[in-house]
Amino acid sequence: MTPTDPEPTGTIGPLTDTPRRVAILKKLRRRPTVRGSVIALLILIVVVMVAPYFAPQNPYDLANLNLLDGRLAPRSPMMDGGTYWLGTDDQGRDMLSAILYGLRISVMVGLTTVALATTIGSLVGLVAAYVGGFVDAMLMRLVDFILGFPTILVALVLLSMLGRGIDKVILALVIVQWAHYARIMRSRALQERHKEYVEAAANLGFPAWRIMLFHLLPNCLGPVMVFATIQIAAAIVLEATLSFLGVGVPVTEPSLGLLIANGFQYLLSGDYWISMFPGLALLLLILTINILGDRLRESLDPRHA
Amino acid sequence: MKTEETPVIELRNVHKRFEHRPDLAQRILALAGRPIDRRTVYAVNGVDLAIRRGEVLGLVGESGCGKSTLGRVVAGLHHQTEGEVLFKGQHADQLRGAERLAYILGVQMIFQDPQASLNPRQRVRQILSEALKVHKLSPRAEIPARVDRALSEVGLDSEYRERFSHQISGGQRQRIGIARALMVSPSFMVCDEPVAALDVSIQAQIINLFMDLREQHGFTYLFISHDLGVVRHISDRVAIMYLGKIVEISTAAEIFARANHPYTQALLAEVPDIARRGRTFIPIKGEIPSPLAPPSGCTFHPRCPHVMPVCKEQAPPLDLIAPGHWSACHLNHA
Amino acid sequence: MTEELLKVRGLRTAFHTEAGAWPAVDGVDFTLRRGEILGLVGESGSGKSVTGFSLVGLIDAPGEVVAGEVIFDGTDLRQLDEEGLRQLRGNRIAMIFQDPLMTLNPVLRIGEQMMEAIQTHAKVSNAEARTRCREALEKVGIASAESRLDSYPHEFSGGMRQRVAIAIAMLNNPDLIIADEPTTALDVTIQGQILYRMQEVCRTLNTALIWITHDLGVVAELADRVAVMYAGRIVETGPVSEILSAPRHPYTQGLLQSMPGIAQPGARLQQIKGMAPSLTKRPSGCAFRPRCPNAIARCAEQAPDITTEGSRSYRCYVPIARESVPV
Repeated sequence: MTPTDPEPTGTIGPLTDTPRRVAILKKLRRRPTVRGSVIALLILIVVVMVAPYFAPQNPYDLANLNLLDGRLAPRSPMMDGGTYWLGTDDQGRDMLSAILYGLRISVMVGLTTVALATTIGSLVGLVAAYVGGFVDAMLMRLVDFILGFPTILVALVLLSMLGRGIDKVILALVIVQWAHYARIMRSRALQERHKEYVEAAANLGFPAWRIMLFHLLPNCLGPVMVFATIQIAAAIVLEATLSFLGVGVPVTEPSLGLLIANGFQYLLSGDYWISMFPGLALLLLILTINILGDRLRESLDPRHA
Repeated sequence: MKTEETPVIELRNVHKRFEHRPDLAQRILALAGRPIDRRTVYAVNGVDLAIRRGEVLGLVGESGCGKSTLGRVVAGLHHQTEGEVLFKGQHADQLRGAERLAYILGVQMIFQDPQASLNPRQRVRQILSEALKVHKLSPRAEIPARVDRALSEVGLDSEYRERFSHQISGGQRQRIGIARALMVSPSFMVCDEPVAALDVSIQAQIINLFMDLREQHGFTYLFISHDLGVVRHISDRVAIMYLGKIVEISTAAEIFARANHPYTQALLAEVPDIARRGRTFIPIKGEIPSPLAPPSGCTFHPRCPHVMPVCKEQAPPLDLIAPGHWSACHLNHA
Repeated sequence: MTEELLKVRGLRTAFHTEAGAWPAVDGVDFTLRRGEILGLVGESGSGKSVTGFSLVGLIDAPGEVVAGEVIFDGTDLRQLDEEGLRQLRGNRIAMIFQDPLMTLNPVLRIGEQMMEAIQTHAKVSNAEARTRCREALEKVGIASAESRLDSYPHEFSGGMRQRVAIAIAMLNNPDLIIADEPTTALDVTIQGQILYRMQEVCRTLNTALIWITHDLGVVAELADRVAVMYAGRIVETGPVSEILSAPRHPYTQGLLQSMPGIAQPGARLQQIKGMAPSLTKRPSGCAFRPRCPNAIARCAEQAPDITTEGSRSYRCYVPIARESVPV
């Protein structure tokens, strides 16, 4: 059989070309914010990766710290000739190094938490939607149960039982967060489940796990991914809060939250840099992630595809 | 007397009900005395059907008549609530292993909505080759050639292999759906309103494709549609369904020339005919009842112009009123 | 009061995209008399729905009506401002949409919506408005109309909702009703009911009707005249009998021949090769050229102008001869 669509020879052009103003506006919309936030995020990631090589000082190595250098103002000179560009905190830690390492912790916590919570939550949601019935009911009651508690409260309780440490922080955050993803995935999967391509897959004799993972999952990721990008920032803030409250990371490995907490007491006496710079760094990180998340959401929107 | 060959698909007194199972909250309330809301959809209510090899059986009905559900029961996608489904003489629900796979793959479905029937994330070649890979039906090396062959059989250029479903038109998507079914070498195709969502000129192309494939492969079709014109064109026999029951079944020519059941007559009268001009419409009264609450007796009695007292009480059985022509109507006994 | 109710000349509606403005409706002309039923036929992408919406200014961005006249009872609708159009809509020109849920507000009772339609255009007391609503519902065959006025749209079936939409359209005795595929999603027996009501309404009130559809069968039975659209232009128009029994344009003939009702059962259907062009890939010259069995060189150079033949007209350089295949 011959192919069914002969290509037309010669087509007519549009009535009018898009007016200049509209075209420019469109370009503007496309370029700066996306590019800007992608670049900012890449810088952040690079910084985070190379922090150990970059930082003038390893803030975790207690041997490096000199109490006499404590609470020095920004741009004070170091003992060995360098400069404390952002000052030092009360223990003599170079703020710049501490912030770089702190960013690293924040990003790591954010990404790891979200990756784990998404995986666990998505699988639970998928199974609940596909299998249905009793399994669905039980899983969703578990989800409801977990979502019934205030996040910080649960995290605090968990961490007080588990102790301090980054891995324990991540564990606590994942336990608290996965339920959201389960619910989102389940509601999306319930819609997709009845679509004919899923029936077609069953008609071709595919086993249930294959249908769930290769057919349902890829088409239900949209809302989950959207939520995940928002949650990265939320996880980072949550970790910062917990550290600020003193239950997160150990004192020797400060994250941004802990740094802010440390500097809190000195704010009124004028040593603003101990709290403010970590605070600004945290702010910039969250802002960049949120803006990028927004752009990602727009591009995931099927209307733009 | 020559023994009749075993029909490919046989349905014996098949019922399919969708029951609303009460959840935990309702069960607790029931303990406290509140009656449980058991909404049941009576989709298929006692259907007997035998489809012979190589024939095209058209199944006609309007929304809510259960034809789509029946199609899915035939294809093994739904399990019947009561009754038996036989595939080549064997009970389908007793089949296991390789035999069950042979049944599932042997009866393929073509779906109504071309857009929803293709996985939006898969390229055409993945959609077509997946079944071969999963069931190891073909050596890996041969798969691309088989994909190309299937594409050309449905009239598509092999350049479509790399496309996603949103990059091709409705008619082409439906061809991919057909190609996907062809890949597993079925013998029976259940076509659930395959051309309803397509433009008239594309419909003609797809109908021709169905007919060509039948000639080349000897397929048996269960062709479900609400469009009487299409059904008449392609079918050998036609069954009319109303609210879960077959009310009339016969050869296509007989149904269209000598329709017996009042519902069939009404359907035929309502179908817009291009040859008629300026007709004054005389509509059939009443709404199509919901399958949640089918009327008593003959389900058509509230709308039937010839209703009699017995119609409200007793459901008429499918009777042989002429050679090869069955109809379920009390008027035939009167 | 002239006989001619609606006269459309050179209607052009374009959609603005990043790559320029593309005409979904590319120069449409037709005339409609009082009480006449016109079937506007086309497949998806032909621009028939966009035409209907363009007549009453219901085209939103990124679409825009860029040219043409729409002269309704002497007034050019394109020159009216939004307020002027608003006074006409629902009053003298009514629309029925494919999805009745577009007409009906799901959170308002039917009675409220209908009374609103009346009282927006005339000073009528609540009691009188309610009576008129009830009568309108009865006219479209809805039983227990009085109690139904207090129902919500979701309590009606699809066919009944569409009948309510017709009732609303009729409320103010419009001169023109534009119906955009109102029965496409409905079953055949319900469609029969709707068509019966529409026919009654048009006959008793002498309302003109533009019935937009892809179903030639419905047009054959319901309409007085038919206009066939392809790729944004009307390619053939004229009285239903003449057009359907002896089409001049190859597209009309192709459509008629691909309908299963015409062919011998079991025979291969005549099919029009290829597909309708998308909005941005319309061929130069006559848009039907790549699919036309009779195309000549001239068809690629310039789109044909309208040729008139008595009460019918078409756009084609190689029309089907007079003694054509009867349908």
